[in-house]
Formats: sequence, structure tokens, C-alpha cells
Amino acid sequence: MVRLRNLFKPVTNYQSPVTNYQQTRKLRIILYILQKEFRQIFRNKAMLPIIFVIPVVQLLVLAFAVTFEIKNINLVIVDQDHSVASRQLVSKFAAPPFYHIKAYSDSYTEAEEQLKTGKAHQILIIPIQFEQDLQKESKASVQLITNAIDGSAAAIMNAYGNSIIMDYNQDILVDLSGGVDIKPPIDIRYSYWFNPELDYKTYMVPGILVLLVTIIGMFLSSMNVVREKEMGTIEQINVSPVKKYQFVIGKLLPFWFIALFELGFGLTLARIVFDIPILGSLWLIFGVASVYLLATLGIGLLISTLVNTQQQAMFLAWFFAVVFIMMSGLFTPVDSMPEWAQDINIINPIAYFIRIIRMVMLKGSQFQDILKPFIAIAIYAVCSLTLAVWRYRKVAS
Amino acid sequence: MRGFIIKEFYHIFRDIRSMVVLFGMPVIQVLLFGFALSTEVKNAPVAIIDYSNDQVTRAITTKLLSSGFFILSDQVPGEGHIEEVFRHGKVKEVIVFESDFAAKLEKDRQAGIQIIADASDPNTANLVVSYTSAIIGDYQQEYLKGMSLPVTVRTESQMMYNPALKSVFMFVPGVITILLMLITAMMTSISIARENELGTMEILLVSPMRPIQIIAGKVLPYVLLAFTNALIILLLSYFVLGMPVKGSLLLLLAESLLFIVMALSLGIFISTVSNSQQMAMMLSMFALMLPTILLSGFIFPIENMPVPLQIFSNIMPPRWFIIIVKSIMIKGLGFQYIWKETLIIAGMALFFIALSIKKFRIRLE
Repeated sequence: MVRLRNLFKPVTNYQSPVTNYQQTRKLRIILYILQKEFRQIFRNKAMLPIIFVIPVVQLLVLAFAVTFEIKNINLVIVDQDHSVASRQLVSKFAAPPFYHIKAYSDSYTEAEEQLKTGKAHQILIIPIQFEQDLQKESKASVQLITNAIDGSAAAIMNAYGNSIIMDYNQDILVDLSGGVDIKPPIDIRYSYWFNPELDYKTYMVPGILVLLVTIIGMFLSSMNVVREKEMGTIEQINVSPVKKYQFVIGKLLPFWFIALFELGFGLTLARIVFDIPILGSLWLIFGVASVYLLATLGIGLLISTLVNTQQQAMFLAWFFAVVFIMMSGLFTPVDSMPEWAQDINIINPIAYFIRIIRMVMLKGSQFQDILKPFIAIAIYAVCSLTLAVWRYRKVAS
Repeated sequence: MRGFIIKEFYHIFRDIRSMVVLFGMPVIQVLLFGFALSTEVKNAPVAIIDYSNDQVTRAITTKLLSSGFFILSDQVPGEGHIEEVFRHGKVKEVIVFESDFAAKLEKDRQAGIQIIADASDPNTANLVVSYTSAIIGDYQQEYLKGMSLPVTVRTESQMMYNPALKSVFMFVPGVITILLMLITAMMTSISIARENELGTMEILLVSPMRPIQIIAGKVLPYVLLAFTNALIILLLSYFVLGMPVKGSLLLLLAESLLFIVMALSLGIFISTVSNSQQMAMMLSMFALMLPTILLSGFIFPIENMPVPLQIFSNIMPPRWFIIIVKSIMIKGLGFQYIWKETLIIAGMALFFIALSIKKFRIRLE
């Protein structure tokens, strides 16, 4: 602190010493508040792990949990035909690694029981006379029943099942035509850009990072001022000559630093542990993040000026956090939401930042690509901070 | 004891702001998430580069755009500018038809289409590509009709429990669970930590009441509150979101009550290990929220996770409750199918209660 104070000592003599002294004093007040805040944060040994360790652990653990990739389809086969053809079809299902044939059964009721208890995802029913129909009438049908409570997973499982049956069809055709492979006339080639392995972690880790940084910023700042209110210590600051803006800066800066520090740490982990590419510029990410954090801290501070107890502050912060997180496109794509829900996202800072960080990290988007969401965040930061400072009263309520 | 419970009620109900938050929040969240959360792909912007622009490629394009999955983006990237379009954000997929498509198809019986997806969102990319190839496959089938295939196995697909593949069926049970869990655990943990922090706990401790009575008195009003919340949420999901209740409503309510008691005991436990409201809150929010959302099978199916996480998810109470809710509401199953899950939740409740009675400090530091 001593050294910092020296830093602001008047060193020039072409400025009037009075203004210079005043400016130094203003800065010093902010520095004192900062010092107090940092001390308060770091002496609370119980809170430190919550602020620093839990986010890291969550990033490391949860990144593995978030995947829509279907690796495991438990299948029950009801083969009522017991013919060569039906067994050939069944063996087709045994081949791919994501299909696990859970059970063979003769009755549909028994198979349905497995679906009910959740032990199986899919039932394949091969009816009696399957082979006969195939040979005599050249067409037969099978039934594929999928547990569709999770609709999008069911659609994919159904598509897998269908493609295996199509393969079987193809095999028959090849057999009939005497070993000539008949290619479908339209040749479709796929390429998946930016993430050829379709790895989920690549997509989710940047999003989770945003989430952790946001929670730290929003919750800690919203609780902080209310805590002083509840404890009564805010009165002492109210009667002190500390100005509103000095107080607000002193309160917010520590969390701003902590959150940025965690973002940097998280990005390092993402790079080292998850091998996630950072195609765009790091400076751009941090630049956007520092403005974004002003917005979240502003919201947190605004909440704290609206309430009297930590409990209320927490509920409000929780409400906004959950709504913002769930609507942000972190877990479910924003494009799948109905129009009105996408409109709500106009006021959702998390949605903007998640979009930006994913674009910059995964696709290497430049500043002009993210200009619109960035401006939105900037407006957000200005509005929430102004509102918060305006709402904050230096009088007892 | 009665006086104590009445005191707690006063504490809760005199604070209008908290009441609005407690009852208004779940309502808004259920409605919002019930309608908004979905993993379906609809109206995905797609850019088409058509080098031949003949009747076949136009027919395929029309077929794609009339499916409801895609809308045509006004951005048409030139050669080598595809990456730029992706970087800008909106477009999910670029389809490239090679030149002389129809002619090649006629003459060589072989023509090529290239599908390039923006896989920075793997799930959307996967769905978009599989829809596209299914639609092109359909067209191919029509095209081949003249020379129909000699032998075919037809598949009749049936989607059990959710024929329309509505996302609501997946998300509403999860939303119910998460709201009950977080609100309840949070409310109790904060309320006890608050008495600790304000020093009023001291007064309770010197009273002739035993710790268990203090805890019971603290918890009872919250049981009622949370149960009312559960009722509101269920009513909304039935009437507004169109969730079915195929099984017994009574069973569903009883299970909800059990789950609430479990969440409350977890809340008490949190409050006994934290020394301030702030810490209680950070624990019940931060430590609980993400795992509850992510490791419970609410959005991401548990069986797709790595094995250690699957094992870990067993200790997440919401995981079991989501199974119960889905079984009763959507599958219409009876108690004999969910007794195991019920037993697990009951066990967890007992565990947390026992732990917090043991940890409950009757002395001040």
C-alpha cells in the first residue's frame, strides 16, 4: 500500500498542487476501499474454496457430462420368425458398437416391460413369416419401437435402427444381383467443420466457463452490499465522505479481477486438459469479458440496491441467473426456441457472451463478426451500472 | 413448539418480497422453460451453392425447404468463402450441388452433393445433416421408383410414450425436479444460517427446546411452502404445458412430498456446515445447481456419460426423482415400478437428517 501511495504522490509541478492533491485523495479513497474488500474476501477461509476451487472442479467434471452423443442403445429383440433371414437381420444389429442387445424375447409384453423399467431403449419386432414374406412377396416388414420421452435422442436412435435395416436391404440386393454392389445414384459427402469429431466438450467448455464467471460475478456482488446493509456496517460508510462512485468502484473491482482471473485460469485448463482450440484472439475474448463482467456486476449491484436481506438478494440473483442460463443457448440451442423466447434473449447478457466466446474460440471469428452482440453487451454494461449507481442511496432506509 | 412454528410462519410471510419471489419464480420458470427449452431443429438457416441449377437440384432444394427444418439463408457464399459465412454465425449448413447434376445423374447414374455443417455445435450439426440426407434419400427413392427395387424390408417405426417427439416430455419433469430441489434446499439452508449469523440462534439454543425440535419447527413451514409450490407447478404443467398424468396423482403427490423432505434435510445439512448466509447460499447454489442440472438426466442422458460420472450421478437425488416423475406422469406406471427409486430418496433423507442432527451445534464458538 505504501508503494501504491507513493505512486500517486504529486510529482509534477506544472499542475496546481490543490487539484493534484484532490485527485490523489480520490484515488486513495478508492484504493483504501479496494484494500478493505480484498482483505474481507481473502480472510474468509471458508469462502475461498467456494470461489476458487469449486468452479475449477465443476469445469473439469461437468464438461464430461454434457453430451448428446448416443453411445449406448439397449435393444430388445423379439424374433417371432426364428428363420435364417431374421437371424441375419439380428446379427446386423449386433455389429455396431453402440448397439447392445439386452435380451431376446418371444413375447412383446415381456419386451415392453424392459422399456417400462428403463432397461431398454428400443425394441425390434420381427414378425412370424418374415422370411416367407420376403421370399414370396419380395417385401416384409419389421417393427422398431423406441422410447421417445427424450424426443431428440429417440429421433437419432430411430435413424440408427433404420439405417441398419437399410443396410440389410442393400445386402439382399447385392446377393440377388450376384455380388455387384449397387451404389445409390446420389452420392452424399459430409464434412463437419470446426469440430470434425463432433466432440461435445469443445462446444460446452467455453459455455461452462462463461457460466462460472457469471455466477461468481453476479452472486458475490449482489450479496456483498446487502451483507453490509444487514450487518449495519453500511451506515459507517454512509456517514463517511466516501462518494457513491468511489464506493461502487471499490465494491465491484475486486470481483471483476477475481472473475477475470478465473476466466484466464479456466481458459488455460480448457487448452491443456480438454485440448480445446482457441482459434480467435485471446485479447478479443478478454476484452469482451471485461465489458461483460461490468454488465453482470452491475446487475448484481442493482439487485443489492433493491433488497434488504441477503436472502432476498439471493433469490433474485438466483431467479435471473437460472432464467438467463437456461435461455442462453448453453444447453439447448437458441434457434430451437420459439420466436418470443428468442426475443427474451435480447435482454440476456449470458446469451450474448456465450455466442461470442464460442464464435471466437471455435471458429476464429473476428471483431467485426461479433460486433452486434458486443455492442449489446456494452449497452448492457452502461445501463446496469448507471441504474445501480442511481439506485444506490447513501441514506439509511 | 407450536409457538415456534408460528414464529417461523411469521418470519416467512411478513416478507412480501420473498413471498413474491418464492411463488412467482417457479411459475415463471416452469412456463418459460416448458415452452422454450427444446433440442428440436426447426428453421435452421441453410445456404445452397448450386452449380448446375437444373430441374433435379431445384426439386431437391424445394423438398428441403418445404420440410420445415430449413430456411434458405440469403447469404450465398462463393467458392472459398464458406468459412467466412460460418464465422459470421447464422448459417448452420452449406449444401453444394456439383455442376451438371441432372445430366450426370441421367448418364452416369452418379451425381454428387456435398453437405458442409458448422459443427461447432455438434448436436445441431448432427441433426441437420441427418435430416438433409434423409430428405435427399427420399428424393432418391422417388427418382428410382421407375426401376423399383426387387426386394425390400420396410420398417414401421413407433415412438412409444411420446409419438410427437415433444421436448416438453423430456424437460418438464426435469424442471419440476430442479425447482423443488433448489428452492427447498436453498430456503432452509439460508433460514438457519441467517439465525446463526444474526445471533438469534443463541436465543433458541438457550431455550428448553431440543435440537431436533428446533430443526423440526424450522422445517415444517417450508414443507408446506414447497408442497404448495409443487402443486402449482404440477397444475401448470398439466393445464398449460399439456403434460399428461397417466399414473396415480396421489402417488405423484406422495413422492413429491418425500422428495421435498429430502431436499429440506439437505438444506439443513448445508446450513450446519456453513458459517454464514453467503456461504450457505454459495453452497446450495453453486455446488448444487450445476450438478443438479447436468448430472440428473434432465437435459443430458446419463447413459451417454463416462462411467465414473454415471456412478457419481447415483448420489444425485434429482436423478431418481426425475425417473419417478417420468414413470408416473408419462408412462403411467404404478408403485411396483418405482419402489427402488423411492427407497433411495427416503434413504438419502434419513441420511441427511441423521447427519445434521449430529452436526447441529448446540454451543457457540
